[in-house]
Amino acid sequence: MRKIAFLLAVAFVIAFAFSGCGDKERETVIKVGINAPLTGDIPKVGEGSKYAAQMWLEDIEKAGGIEVGGKKYKVELVIEDNESKSDSAVKANTKMITQDDVLVIVGPQSSAQAVPAGEVANNYKTVMISPWSTNPATTLDRPYVFRGCFLDPFQGPVVANFITEEFGFTKAAVLYDVASDYPKGLAEVFKAAWEKKNGAGSVVAYESFTTKDTDFSSQLTKIIRSGAEVLFTPQYYNEVPLIVKQAKDLGWTGPIVGSDSWGSAETVELCGEPCYGLFFSSHYAAAGAKGATKEFIDRYNTAHGYIPDDVAALTWDALRLAQQAIENVSAITGKIETDRTAVRDSLAKVKDFAGITGNMTFTEEGDPIKCAVIVKINDKGEYEFYKSVCP
Amino acid sequence: MEYFLQNLINALQWGSFYAVISIGYSMVYGVLMVFNFAHGDIFMIGTYIGFAIATFFIAVFSAMLPTWVIFAAVVIITMFLASWVGVFVEVVGYRPLRQAPRASAAITGLMIGIIFETGILIFLGAKRLSFPPLMESTVYNFGGVYFTNVKVMVIVISLLLMLALHWLIQKTKWGMAMRAMSFDFLAVPLMGVSINIIAPLTFAIGAGLASVAGILYGQAYPILDPYMGVLIGWKAFVAAILGGRGSIKGAAMAGYLLGFIEIFVAMIFPSTFRDLIAYSIILLILTYRPRGFFGMEYSTKLRL
Repeated sequence: MRKIAFLLAVAFVIAFAFSGCGDKERETVIKVGINAPLTGDIPKVGEGSKYAAQMWLEDIEKAGGIEVGGKKYKVELVIEDNESKSDSAVKANTKMITQDDVLVIVGPQSSAQAVPAGEVANNYKTVMISPWSTNPATTLDRPYVFRGCFLDPFQGPVVANFITEEFGFTKAAVLYDVASDYPKGLAEVFKAAWEKKNGAGSVVAYESFTTKDTDFSSQLTKIIRSGAEVLFTPQYYNEVPLIVKQAKDLGWTGPIVGSDSWGSAETVELCGEPCYGLFFSSHYAAAGAKGATKEFIDRYNTAHGYIPDDVAALTWDALRLAQQAIENVSAITGKIETDRTAVRDSLAKVKDFAGITGNMTFTEEGDPIKCAVIVKINDKGEYEFYKSVCP
Repeated sequence: MEYFLQNLINALQWGSFYAVISIGYSMVYGVLMVFNFAHGDIFMIGTYIGFAIATFFIAVFSAMLPTWVIFAAVVIITMFLASWVGVFVEVVGYRPLRQAPRASAAITGLMIGIIFETGILIFLGAKRLSFPPLMESTVYNFGGVYFTNVKVMVIVISLLLMLALHWLIQKTKWGMAMRAMSFDFLAVPLMGVSINIIAPLTFAIGAGLASVAGILYGQAYPILDPYMGVLIGWKAFVAAILGGRGSIKGAAMAGYLLGFIEIFVAMIFPSTFRDLIAYSIILLILTYRPRGFFGMEYSTKLRL
């Protein structure tokens, strides 16, 4: 009996060893990890990421895989749920890197998850592209971490350029919330960019309020009196309607321009007609899109029954960026550490990548230089692509 | 000049809200000698009630009734419903603690406020609501001074409300009972005037006023959220103290003063310093006149 057991054990060991040999001869599969909030606070964001990734995989499979150095490799997606929580995002990244041997990770989307998850990816020297995170800390001093969107402050110069080109104005006013980081930062950057263009003192009114204020009549009266031709207000959807309404009540007739914080559908719901015809900068606009962007939107809409939001579009671009970086590598060695570093170096060199959310070139920091979209709120209250503006 | 006039109108509108809301604090203080810290949230609830009634009336009657009838109906029904909210706060929050230390009663008010906020949050969600306009807003330009019919309406209705309240308190038997109660809350109940009627009545009037302020607020600043009453409630409380504890006239005047200070400070100084300068001025006033404009001289008989 004991002998039989021993023989069996030996047989197992031998079989195991041989199967190991067989493994090495098997073709290398490129694994791409997706770290997305499929459940939790923002499941819609996770859904958009997942659908975009599946569409991308379809394309790859149709083409027979990714071609590197004249050889086609099969691609697999590893989709992990981060539950919209920071610790789960870190766990998901660690699992995908150490157990699934992914080559590239796309995600997480929100800065709250992308900042800690980026730390893990960077420590394991694995390329991570966050499509949606706008916090500078995500990529800061992390050579292996990239992002697919522009940073918040970048919109300041973009909007300043847009107003100058579009209207030819030289006097601008700014109204912002002094107690909130995003509007305050953006207001400062806009002011600097505008004064660089139009000379010192060309921001004729620089007025502020505090979070939860609802009456802006004094500030707006000052702005109107200053002779400003345009008002820039990088506020959120709960303040924009009040600012716009009060400005019109006080006799303001010029344009009011905002930033991507206006992009929520609620802005128009709450504001109604007074907001029609106004402009803001954003990552992407579904209505009025052309070319590859429209193709993507139509395909997504046919498959899933609704217009994709910016997350889906940015995820799509991040995956295509990853694809291009992999294709530019000279060869896949099968040694995951070497390949990861090769992909990182190749991604950093990507120039003028034609994405559906704009052309991208990466800076040293792993942040893309890309053009922003100026969105016009049209007469039906939809966010319409107006033009693309570069810094 | 028109710059000054423009800000004068701005300040009159903004001050009207402070005035009408701060009266609610003063009335309750006059009768019960406790500040009703749920008042800001009663204002919020009043606005939501107004929102519900206004939405309903506009949906059902807008075709058959003229605008002013709808407006009047919304105001009256909202006032009626909101006054019951005031009664509820008194009965649930303040009556059981009438013999308790005043600080405990004030804390109860805060708790009820939080219950209101989170209650709205749970039932309606964090989504902001947009108050439907009860009248078409028209902008008038009067020699460079811009105002809308809504602004005029806010100012006029607020003044009318305060006059009506003045009449109620000075000329009616109920008003006399309230004044008597604030004069001596120990002896008056012995004369057959029940505090269990006068106290809820006071809360009801305060809540009714706050709810009309809420409707007007919804016309001027049409975005509703569950925490909208917190900041304005605290500022109106400042006005109530500035006007003198228990003085309705003082609260109304201080409410307008607060509105004027906020608007004109932002007119003269950079707006970043608005609250800093505005509330430093109020601190100074209170340092030199701690009892406010019309408050009673401080004595140990006062319980807070």
